[in-house]
Amino acid sequence: MEISSMVALVLMVSFTVRWAVSLNSYSGAGKPPMYGDYEAQRHWQEITFNLPIDEWYFNTSNNDLEYWGLDYPPFTAYHSLLCAYVAELIDPEWIALFTSQGYESDKHKLFMRSTVVVADITVYVPAILYYVHLCEGPWATKVSFLLCALLYPGLILIDHGHFQYNCISLGLILWGVLGLLNDRVFLGSVAFCMALNYKQMELYHAPPFFCYLLGSCLRNLKNGGLKQLLKITLVVLISFACCWLPFLTSFQQCLQVIRRIFPVDRGLFEDKVGNVWCSLSVILKVKEILSQQTQIWLSFAATLLTILPTCVKLTIDPTIKGFKFSLINCSLAFFLFSFQVHEKSILLAAIPVLLILHELPFMATWFLLVSTFSMLPLLLKDGLLLPYICTSLAFLLVTTYLLSAFVKVSVEDLQLQRWSTYIPQLPRVAKSAFRVSVIAMATLSLISVALNPPSRLPHLFSVLVSLFSCIHFLMFLMYFNILHLWEPVVQRQLWKVK
Amino acid sequence: MAVSRMWSWLLPLVIGVTLFKCLLIPAYYSTDFEVHRNWMAITYSLPMSKWYYEETSRWRLDYPPFFAWLEYYLSYYAQFFDKEMLVVQNLNYTSDATVLFQRLSVIVTDMVFIIGVVACCQNIKRTKESKEILEKPDFILAVLLLCNFGILIVDHIHFQYNGFLFGMLFLSIVKMFKGRPVDSALIFTILMNFKHIFIYVAPAYGIYLLRSYCIAENKPDGSVQWRSFNFLRFNVLAFIVCAVFAVSFGPFIVMGQLSQVLARLFPFQRGLSHAYWAPNFWAQYNGADKVLSIIGVKLQLLAPANISNASMTGGLVQKYRHAVLPSVSPLATLVCTLLSITPALCNIWLKPRGPRGFLQCLILCALGSFMFGWHVHEKAILISILPLSLFAVENRNDAGTYLILATTGHLSLFPLIFTVPELPIKLCLMLFFTVYSFSALHALFRNEGTLLNWSECIYLSGLIPLEVICEIIYPHTRWHERFPFVPLMFLSVYCSLGITYAWIKLYISVLREPTLVKKLKVI
Repeated sequence: MEISSMVALVLMVSFTVRWAVSLNSYSGAGKPPMYGDYEAQRHWQEITFNLPIDEWYFNTSNNDLEYWGLDYPPFTAYHSLLCAYVAELIDPEWIALFTSQGYESDKHKLFMRSTVVVADITVYVPAILYYVHLCEGPWATKVSFLLCALLYPGLILIDHGHFQYNCISLGLILWGVLGLLNDRVFLGSVAFCMALNYKQMELYHAPPFFCYLLGSCLRNLKNGGLKQLLKITLVVLISFACCWLPFLTSFQQCLQVIRRIFPVDRGLFEDKVGNVWCSLSVILKVKEILSQQTQIWLSFAATLLTILPTCVKLTIDPTIKGFKFSLINCSLAFFLFSFQVHEKSILLAAIPVLLILHELPFMATWFLLVSTFSMLPLLLKDGLLLPYICTSLAFLLVTTYLLSAFVKVSVEDLQLQRWSTYIPQLPRVAKSAFRVSVIAMATLSLISVALNPPSRLPHLFSVLVSLFSCIHFLMFLMYFNILHLWEPVVQRQLWKVK
Repeated sequence: MAVSRMWSWLLPLVIGVTLFKCLLIPAYYSTDFEVHRNWMAITYSLPMSKWYYEETSRWRLDYPPFFAWLEYYLSYYAQFFDKEMLVVQNLNYTSDATVLFQRLSVIVTDMVFIIGVVACCQNIKRTKESKEILEKPDFILAVLLLCNFGILIVDHIHFQYNGFLFGMLFLSIVKMFKGRPVDSALIFTILMNFKHIFIYVAPAYGIYLLRSYCIAENKPDGSVQWRSFNFLRFNVLAFIVCAVFAVSFGPFIVMGQLSQVLARLFPFQRGLSHAYWAPNFWAQYNGADKVLSIIGVKLQLLAPANISNASMTGGLVQKYRHAVLPSVSPLATLVCTLLSITPALCNIWLKPRGPRGFLQCLILCALGSFMFGWHVHEKAILISILPLSLFAVENRNDAGTYLILATTGHLSLFPLIFTVPELPIKLCLMLFFTVYSFSALHALFRNEGTLLNWSECIYLSGLIPLEVICEIIYPHTRWHERFPFVPLMFLSVYCSLGITYAWIKLYISVLREPTLVKKLKVI
């Protein structure tokens, strides 16, 4: 069969799965007064369409910031405005000021779901497609890789189930990576800036981009590396300026937007999330012992310490492989140690892991399964149990069967040749650990659904899920850091290396 | 054992398709969902004597007794999900547990379909062996059957139990190929007692078994040797058929309810065509009648008052009289059907070609009944498409015919799923299946030339604009309010052309096939 037919079939399967997931419920469906992320997005369309731009981020009589005030950077606001224009053509009631609060209907749900699918098709899927195209290997492996990458459950469930537009920011980051892969440094930087201006959480990916570009420029200091660095800085500044143009009219505007997108007066964490602070608080109530200021400094220090090794290594030795590892390490470090982390932020670490799925199928599959599992409490709240089970099992099936994830567990496949003497029988240990992990995930999922938690510990199951995820993420953090830090340094011109 | 070789790709394929079917659980379901809920309620709550008399719901039991027993068996498990669904008075009752149970029951009964598909894959002639899994004929057949667009749409969205019925049909066909005609007859008779629509293909079984099983020997020139008529074999077959019918209808005959049951099974008071015209000959007949009546009114040859306004396109299932062409009665359709299948039956009588000839005759009987039957549902096209898949992976000509029949047949199923949220799923699945069937079969017969000629390609390409206009553009025009069924009419008539063409093409290729020259060693 021809490659084009195979790719078309893979794309059809992934679109069908996305639409089938979108048949389910969304976040906050039928739950007044606050509803959920779906209503937040609809409300932003209402705000951006009906109010002038200088009122978008301010608390006015027309814009109650307590009710889903805009807390993403301007690009999200522009996207909401675009969607609002389309909504107005179909049914103005959907975005009528005040009266459309809590609006829910089948037709509206279809419209909103379509906006996510359109965003997916235009930004994220082409990026994945192009990335797979650039990878090396026989075409059968590449098509298998494409299918597995497009069937990653976490993103499908959050974007097409819970309802969000992560595909835009993550897609743009992928375009940034692709830019760097192809030596289109300026385009890559612009894509990264756009991603950052869509969701401020993309700052998790900023250190690797910065260090890679800095490292490459420093390597070529003699060949105009400094000039390159200055050009990149200029491009970044111009991109930011373009995006923030309407808000650069007054200092107050800028400040307010920044205050909205970085809410430092919230706590160290909200809800149960698989990061270190939440897990620590099971034994040690960190939020109560330390003051707000100390908490901020503690998390800042911990995050910085954790990302430092990988960033330094990347600056000294800027390879694309190192860049990918660095993306994983930094985003995972931020997730585990940063401030006000939401469980959905694991997607920021999951997408870079997708990029190495074909190189390290075993560990990548394991990580991606755990990342989906870590969002289980959120998915259960949204009524997405069935798609969660189906997509997770399907992902395990395709990676095991098509990418031989469970077979490629040798020391070479895990790239741990140096360490094989310290851990005897590494493949066997790894396989057994994976089996235990998957069984534990299945059991915990089953328990969370079938049983009621004891009345003394109403959040028992969510806490178990976050603890379980946190332990796994710490292990993966160690693994990917080891892989990056012990990667042999390459001493040559770096611009052309993949 | 061939299964162990297949296991490497079969298990992941089966699991993958099953997971996808589970993902479709929250999709739209049609009134057939309520039909089956009602039947479970009837069989659970009422004694057997009342099953075929119960009329609380408009969806009365109109399948043979074995299906009623299946519903009874399912109702036992249903009570653990939601007891309220088993109350007969709870018309249109629905709850999450009910939907989950019903959908899972279809997915679980599909196990029989999977077993049937595996049997078919093992039975393929292995003339083309390829190292590439994707180009193995058994893999291609497995995908064409397991991922069949029609089965997925009709069973797992619209809601029906065709999967396990087709599984039994495949098992019966495979038994015939393996030289076990008695088993084949047994399974087929049981199948007919589950859903009587399979009577369409009963003549193929009857004539073939008579000719190739009961008549043990042939004369040297291949014609019938009447003296070798094996009464024992005939009696065995007759006994099996009668025994199965006795088990099925026996209790109702004893209770004196046979006429009621038969009246339920064969409701001839319904119209010539279903609400959505099945793309058969009568669709073309109705279409021609409509066109002639419009021309007649324009040319003032007919008075508009004479033409009934409650047309067949009104979506109501009722008797209708044609305006210009002569009206058609059930007897007329029966005669037409019999005439259409007679050449095929004569063919396997006069020129027996073993099980292959039997399967060809089966497909032609199914197609003939589809073309000329009374009140045919468009879903009945699946009885022709699925068995034809078995030939499509073995023979280049049949592959070409299959592509035409499957593509037009599947497109004609589109009106079954008319809700907007399911539209992208329907389109993507159709594209998936069409792209797969075309590219896989082209790759399989790469060395033997193209599968379709130019005119066939042009006709099939016409399906795309047709679908776009009917489903996407027309609903937004001003005619949609006044003439809502016009796009369905066009879809039906256009697809019926393709199906008619595939039928004739298959017929000609079957009639032209030479008899096996040497004396047939009969089973």
